[in-house]
Amino acid sequence: MRIAGKRISANRAKSWLVLIPAVVVAFYFIWGFAAYTAYLSVSKSTFLPNHEFIGASNYRELFDDARWWVAYSNMFIFGGLYLAGCIALGVSLAILLDRLTRNESLFRTIYLYPMSLSLVVTGLAWQWILNPTIGIQKLVRGAGFEDFKFNWVVSPDHAIYTIAFAAIWHGTGLIMILFLAGIKSTDPEIWKATRIDRIPPWRVYFSIILPQLRATLLTAVMLLGFQVVRSFDVVVALTDGGPGYASDVPARYVFEYYFQRGRIGQGAAGAVVMVATMIAIVLPYLYFEIRRKEA
Amino acid sequence: MKRRGIKGALLYASLFACAVYFLAPLYVMVVASFKTLAEVRDSSIISLPTVWTIEPWIKAWSTACSGLECNGIRPYFIATFEIAVPAVALAVLLGALNGYAMAKWRSRAADLIFALILIGSFVPLQLYLIPLAVTLRELGIYGTSFGLVLIHTAYGIPLTTMLFRNFYVSLPDELMRAAIMDGAGFFKIFRSIVLPMSGSIAIVAVILVFSGIYNDFLFALTFGETGKRPIMAAVQNLVASSYGIKEHNVNIAAVMISALPTLLLFLATGKFFVRGLTQGAIKG
Repeated sequence: MRIAGKRISANRAKSWLVLIPAVVVAFYFIWGFAAYTAYLSVSKSTFLPNHEFIGASNYRELFDDARWWVAYSNMFIFGGLYLAGCIALGVSLAILLDRLTRNESLFRTIYLYPMSLSLVVTGLAWQWILNPTIGIQKLVRGAGFEDFKFNWVVSPDHAIYTIAFAAIWHGTGLIMILFLAGIKSTDPEIWKATRIDRIPPWRVYFSIILPQLRATLLTAVMLLGFQVVRSFDVVVALTDGGPGYASDVPARYVFEYYFQRGRIGQGAAGAVVMVATMIAIVLPYLYFEIRRKEA
Repeated sequence: MKRRGIKGALLYASLFACAVYFLAPLYVMVVASFKTLAEVRDSSIISLPTVWTIEPWIKAWSTACSGLECNGIRPYFIATFEIAVPAVALAVLLGALNGYAMAKWRSRAADLIFALILIGSFVPLQLYLIPLAVTLRELGIYGTSFGLVLIHTAYGIPLTTMLFRNFYVSLPDELMRAAIMDGAGFFKIFRSIVLPMSGSIAIVAVILVFSGIYNDFLFALTFGETGKRPIMAAVQNLVASSYGIKEHNVNIAAVMISALPTLLLFLATGKFFVRGLTQGAIKG
């Protein structure tokens, strides 16, 4: 018995040895770095990190910057469209695929392949299609509608919408797959029962099946929400925040203040606000989860 | 019977309409990449090339200029693999070991570490950039491919650990107990029992981590080695740089080349890819 006990504790020691990389990642690369950036946001850092404490003045400058507010509100415009678009289209496609008896995997592949591409490729591809002198505008004008105008990608008022358009193209597949899995996991008895009662299929989906998928919806919202806060690649590739800074987003703003403007402190303040925004997104989810577990 | 016919037609019409939306960007890129520059400028984006040419692909691969360098995207393409292969190997191996230690040798502390790295994997990476720059400079590997291997390994570990841990939790504990009775130790159990059963989850992890590293832009842009930047930063730079005339067909061929590895990986391993995405999504 004692030997066995000794052996187990030797194994425990080894399990700790193995966990060293995870410990380093957790405490250094993740939490340590986060704490350091939080400190930089109240420091006098400009081109290089400077550890002199200056209080909230980076935040004051951030909040006084009209550019920051454009970027920050763009995040919500983009986010709202992105979430609505991905979820509406993803759920519709999941239902359509569920109705399909043949060719499901073909269509699923078509809707999903954008997920395998990078957001840089996505942005560059859509930049090409949306470019007024090359893409859709030229196509429609060539078809005889010579006054047709579609220059959103270079229009200060509309550029942010084109980013949502491209990002929806990229992100819908994942939402579709999540909901398709959810729909397929619901009780098939529902269909027998509703067929007897002659309830049309669309009503079965909207009144019976989808309401059961609340957890899937919440997962989708969380995932997409995180994507929104992180969005950087697709913006740089599609509009690079332009024209001017009309389609800038916080992730790009922070990057620019870090590396191009030499305002590390203010950039760090922006990064902290991004994380705070994210926490504000997650808290209701956690609340919901805890309440559900208690119930 | 007739009603079903109409409904079936509607169903397929909707599916085809959506398929057009999803396939259109790929289609216009493919046709443009086979056109001459003159034809790209003059023809419509949806027309097929009148003369098919692979010249843009060749130029994009070997002689197109990105900034002042005119070696095409080949050096960046190769550099990306030189970074991705060791980083994937390290992140997957360490993730498997960590997952095994967390799932099968559970302790409260291990659970805490798991929670800490899991939360961290959601955070916007902007939070890590400056500390990373400082760390890499201290280590003398700032702006080198080696630095990127380190970064991708470190930030790959949360994902791989999560995948393996959740997979190993479902393995029966009896196997472990029997092995301990037979005198097998921590590493012996891992090698002879756990690892042989990890095939499918290892494939999922490799696909997911590789795609993530290959498609990475932010780290590539920030920490890439001059002349050997990873592909996404290079191709974005190629398209955005405005020296001379814009050779759209060459740029698009470059974008296509950069898109091919993960696209082919997806087409070849669709099942695992989807499994990885949904697992990474739901549990992560």
